[in-house]
Amino acid sequence: MSSKVLDRSDIGALFDALAGEGYRILGPTVRDNAIVYDRIDGEEDLPVGWTDIQDGGSYRLQRRDDNALFGYAVGQHSWKEMLFPPRTELFRVERSNATLRFVPTAVPEVRYAFIGVRACELAAIAIQDRVFLGSGAVDRTYQTARHEVFMVGVNCMVAGGTCFCVSMGTGPRCSDGYDLVLTEVIADHRHEFVLESGSDKGEDLLARMPGRPAGPDDHDQVDRTVARTASQMGRWMGNEGIKELLYDNLQHPRWEEVAKRCLACTNCTLVCPTCFCSTTEDSVSLDSAVATRSRRWDSCFTLDFSAVHGVPVRSTTKDRYRQWMTHKLASWYDQFGSSGCVGCGRCITWCPVGIDITEEVAAIRATQGVMA
Amino acid sequence: MTANTAAPSSLQPDAMLPRPFRVASTAADTVDTVTLILEPEDGEGFHFAPGQFTMLYVFGVGEVPISVSGDPGTAETLVHTVRAVGAVTEAICRLTAGDRVGIRGPYGTGWPIREAEGKDVVVAAGGIGLAPVRPMLLTLLAGRHRFGAVSLVYGSRTPGDLLYVDELHSWRSRFDVEIEVTVDRAGSDWLGDVGVVTSLLPRIPFRPENTIAVVCGPEIMMRVTADEMILRGVSAASIYLSMERNMKCAVGFCGHCQFGPEFICRDGPVFAYERIRGRMRVPSL
Ligand SMILES: Cc1cc2nc3c(=O)[nH]c(=O)nc-3n(C[C@H](O)[C@H](O)[C@H](O)COP(=O)(O)OP(=O)(O)OC[C@H]3O[C@@H](n4cnc5c(N)ncnc54)[C@H](O)[C@@H]3O)c2cc1C
Ligand code: SF4
Ligand code: SF4
Repeated sequence: MSSKVLDRSDIGALFDALAGEGYRILGPTVRDNAIVYDRIDGEEDLPVGWTDIQDGGSYRLQRRDDNALFGYAVGQHSWKEMLFPPRTELFRVERSNATLRFVPTAVPEVRYAFIGVRACELAAIAIQDRVFLGSGAVDRTYQTARHEVFMVGVNCMVAGGTCFCVSMGTGPRCSDGYDLVLTEVIADHRHEFVLESGSDKGEDLLARMPGRPAGPDDHDQVDRTVARTASQMGRWMGNEGIKELLYDNLQHPRWEEVAKRCLACTNCTLVCPTCFCSTTEDSVSLDSAVATRSRRWDSCFTLDFSAVHGVPVRSTTKDRYRQWMTHKLASWYDQFGSSGCVGCGRCITWCPVGIDITEEVAAIRATQGVMA
Repeated sequence: MTANTAAPSSLQPDAMLPRPFRVASTAADTVDTVTLILEPEDGEGFHFAPGQFTMLYVFGVGEVPISVSGDPGTAETLVHTVRAVGAVTEAICRLTAGDRVGIRGPYGTGWPIREAEGKDVVVAAGGIGLAPVRPMLLTLLAGRHRFGAVSLVYGSRTPGDLLYVDELHSWRSRFDVEIEVTVDRAGSDWLGDVGVVTSLLPRIPFRPENTIAVVCGPEIMMRVTADEMILRGVSAASIYLSMERNMKCAVGFCGHCQFGPEFICRDGPVFAYERIRGRMRVPSL
């Protein structure tokens, strides 16, 4: 795999090349005082010169003192939105003369290019790949959206206040799953991007980019950028032996304690890039001739999520917070061979009361073995 | 671990798309429970293992998991016994011959038939839980010589809630199977037992160290029955339960049926008690 250095003034070539190959380009952009992922036409749509200040329950944008294109961490959106949309029509059922015909809803065949995918997000996508493609049944919607994605990763130049990818082993360097990865370098009056390819597709595209070949200095610059970001992590997850820790502490009093603060609002599950739970919805046309069945995101924080025999299995917020956290950090290993958490910090930032998954783990670890 | 992100194949079946089935006949078992016989409209038959379930879709209303209650020896039809407890099951119980439904599946693990060969088999059912074990009973009776002592202990709320009453009578008249029935409460015209299912266990023949137990009913009934079998010397590895959780997809996508690390839809619904016993003791998992 090869690498190149592009000047800031040449970065438009990346957008042109992707657009030229028919990709629909999605990337970070500023909307409603936050950085979201949406369609972008060129580098001018990126959050130029912005950064984000994140902490438990708080997020705000702030001007940087440079014109960096990628000088921020992740916002409330994740690429999950594109690959596993919040709502998907699954099929239609046509009824005539009592017979039923099941017609799968066509999945739009869009070729996406994702620009600015962070290391934690590549890890999250690899996790959802295992959920929807690698564990038995194959999800048609996910697979159709996923298989042609051109993935442009970004090595983070700053860490957010709630980031903890280092402790989860997922970042801040993109190590896998990208076609191209770029590192933004702003130093000594230079504003450049080091581009490295990670696949044949990426290699082809890189060959058509302007710029000069990357040298040892450039690679050192990438290493320094990643190392600096790694040293700035806002949070740390004590992840060692975490599965056993949580399995052994299912009756720990901390679950009661966190439940007093948790509003069961579902925010954490919606922003989490790996959460995959869904429910189904049915509707019928006015003339009763056509029914549709759709799937939409669901959350283990809702009461009816676990309803059986008229009573929810998890009737209290304590039960539901425990389900969410033990699934993420413990049973996920049994189910999919890795943690379900990539350390992106979204659930901390977007929790209205600032509940912090790393702090909850630390509290249980500090007093493990205590029984409610 | 990298998953297959290859292009979707047109040959790949859509995991969420049902097959159309025609309701051939329906019969009320009790005031709230109906047995339906369904025929696949694509002519491809329906094969399943006892203990497996399907996702049954009713036009415009919804889709629910229902165990197969028919004879595994018959692939032409699919039999379901459904108790009306809510929107979808009520709609199922209102279906009449000629109506169409959608079916996905069968899904899940089955009862331990091979493990039961040569052993005594105790089948314990509570309420609608008799439906999921019926295919197992039919298998045991069809291959009767392959098993040791076979018995069924069955409990329901009242005599009027008993399922498959004619069949229970005909099984009772056989000499090679022990059938014991109890109800929670009954009028004076009931001559049978009143009490919980476990109270019937002392009466049935089984060699504890050489027994497979198959248990299906409300979770509390399954736990109590399994614990009682253990007290009587049956190992937790030889006791099988069918777990029930909310389910939306049956293929491991929707997340609803998780029970700790297990997805009930694909790791279960039938589990050896040994595997889930610890977790069954944690409230509201
Ligand atoms: C593997 C499996 C096998 C099953 N086999 C059978 C069977 O053979 N026959 C049969 O009658 N039923 C069976 N059930 C239960 C059946 O799926 C539920 O009764 C049904 O989903 C309820 O849906 P509903 O729309 O009618 O009710 P809803 O309107 O969804 O709910 C009605 C009431 O039932 C509760 N409920 C919701 N989902 C379930 C559920 N999965 N199980 C139990 N209660 C639920 C709700 O909390 C509510 O109070 C099985 C369930 C599972 C998981
Ligand atoms: S659990 Fe929180 S920190 Fe971990 S991946 Fe999900 S949103 Fe990110
Ligand atoms: S932890 Fe926070 S974000 Fe998650 S449900 Fe509770 S209040 Fe909402």
